[in-house]
Amino acid sequence: MNNYRTKILSNQEISPGYFRMRILAPGFGETARPGQFIMFRVQLSQSPLLRRPFGVFRTGFLPPDCEGQPEKEYLEILYKVVGSGTGIMSELHEGDRVEVLGPLGKGFDLEAAAGEKILVGGGIGLVPLYMLARKLTETGRVRLLMGGRTRDDILAVTEFERLGVETYVSTDDGSLGEEGLVTNVLERKLDKYPDAVVYACGPMPMLEAVQRICTRRGTPLQVSLEALMACGVGACLGCVVKGSGHSEETPRYLCTCKEGPVFRAEQLDWSRAGEENGYCEGCKS
Amino acid sequence: MERKRPNLAVEIAGIKLKNPVMPASGTFGYGEEFAPYLDLERIGAIVTKGLSLKPKAGNPTPRIAETSGGMLNAIGLQNVGVDAFIETKIPFLRKVKTPTIVNFFGNTLEEYGEVARRLSDLPEVAGVELNISCPNVKQGGIVFGTDPCAAADVVSLVRKHLRKPLIVKLTPNVTDITVTARAVEEAGADAISCINTLTGMAVDVRSRRPRLANGTGGLSGPAIRPIAVRLVHQVVQTVRIPVIGVGGIGCAEDALEFLVVGATAVQVGTANFIDPTVMLSVIGGIEKFCIEEGIGDIREIIGSLEL
Repeated sequence: MNNYRTKILSNQEISPGYFRMRILAPGFGETARPGQFIMFRVQLSQSPLLRRPFGVFRTGFLPPDCEGQPEKEYLEILYKVVGSGTGIMSELHEGDRVEVLGPLGKGFDLEAAAGEKILVGGGIGLVPLYMLARKLTETGRVRLLMGGRTRDDILAVTEFERLGVETYVSTDDGSLGEEGLVTNVLERKLDKYPDAVVYACGPMPMLEAVQRICTRRGTPLQVSLEALMACGVGACLGCVVKGSGHSEETPRYLCTCKEGPVFRAEQLDWSRAGEENGYCEGCKS
Repeated sequence: MERKRPNLAVEIAGIKLKNPVMPASGTFGYGEEFAPYLDLERIGAIVTKGLSLKPKAGNPTPRIAETSGGMLNAIGLQNVGVDAFIETKIPFLRKVKTPTIVNFFGNTLEEYGEVARRLSDLPEVAGVELNISCPNVKQGGIVFGTDPCAAADVVSLVRKHLRKPLIVKLTPNVTDITVTARAVEEAGADAISCINTLTGMAVDVRSRRPRLANGTGGLSGPAIRPIAVRLVHQVVQTVRIPVIGVGGIGCAEDALEFLVVGATAVQVGTANFIDPTVMLSVIGGIEKFCIEEGIGDIREIIGSLEL
């Protein structure tokens, strides 16, 4: 865990409204596990005040500028411009100084990956699944079901394919891949591979639907959540979600930043998930 | 020629601090959350999250909302309770050679007394900070802090049960903070922390609903600093006991403002969320300021305001 004062290597729009930012991060890849996240300081002034949480898309190395120098290690995030904070981020350039805290949180549990592995990504929810796919393809076959409203929401699929991941795309408007919800594809895949395990990240309605499908079939499911966060290290208690067995009499809150952001589906209370903003609504600003 | 390092040590109600910088309660967990980021032995004191007699679940979500220059929170004093604190948090704090100040509150007068009694027996606790000022819970908290008589009652009761330095944290959500300050001093407080958050509200204009599930929350961060400086200045003029300045401190200059108006020490709150190492920058900056200004002892700065 580290507090990096570092700089941006590149920041490019990859699809309308979606950006990919590469940040210099020496040593980051040695400690980062699939599913962990960073807190990114949007700018060094007091506006916006709080950092923003982002899932780590990938880590890697760039060749050195000059011969004899070490390779440059980077981390990469993908983000969607949704408010003032991400708006400012989209204007940042190569060489701009930034601060990154991380890697943070608990990542995916890789021990649970016995059967077929199905990853379900909705829009920007695809982000934490890439490092997971990279790890899981070391030992077996991995499928990615990627959903979005339109073709603009379908990101980085070729990079998954380069890992050898079989990818299936669906869009609500049929502008890319199959028309309809990604959960329809999931149902079909689970019919075919009943012993599969599922990993999902995306908007809350999608996660709820995935959870219903998996629970009905007894399919193991891990979900990666997003939440409003102030600190990212378990101190502010602003990012809590309701755990299973939660009630007014016996409240049970789990910290998304420290006990998550990845949870086994059965750890959570799904009964009123749609009304809670603690779940994956995405960073609103 | 290299100048001698200034003396930054101060004393609050008998608690010796190596420098005047400590976290504000509720922004630093129980200390261990920040151990990966900063050497806890370099800060003046550790101030832990508010404890109640029984564990407390806190409020529904959303609990935080960002506003210009600040944040609103309505966490609702979620905490592990005093017994779990003693069992699971004290062993870590025992190993850190920095004084621990334990913040606590009660739902009733009796609970305040009971928590104070339990904390009184712990050698690891250097002092306690009495929370009578949290705006986010119906029971306890601010109910005691907004009525000077109730504040005096709870301080007197805690004083009876406590054989440790007693710091009382005041709310700014009153007409005249000096009345409460005087009341808690007379009732036996050894020091005052000033201020807790200001009650605020933020609204989502599309849904027309409050952005916090609780409706309102406590405003903290740089936006409140001028108010906090003014209130500390007023309280320092009113009481003889030391005052700890709190509210929107994010750098050395912010902290120095509070010291100049008369705070003996400061607490850094929201800034810990933004940069977990910020207190080290504040301490380093104060030291640098002293060297630049030719100040050999931090106490020369305290209360040096010229009007």
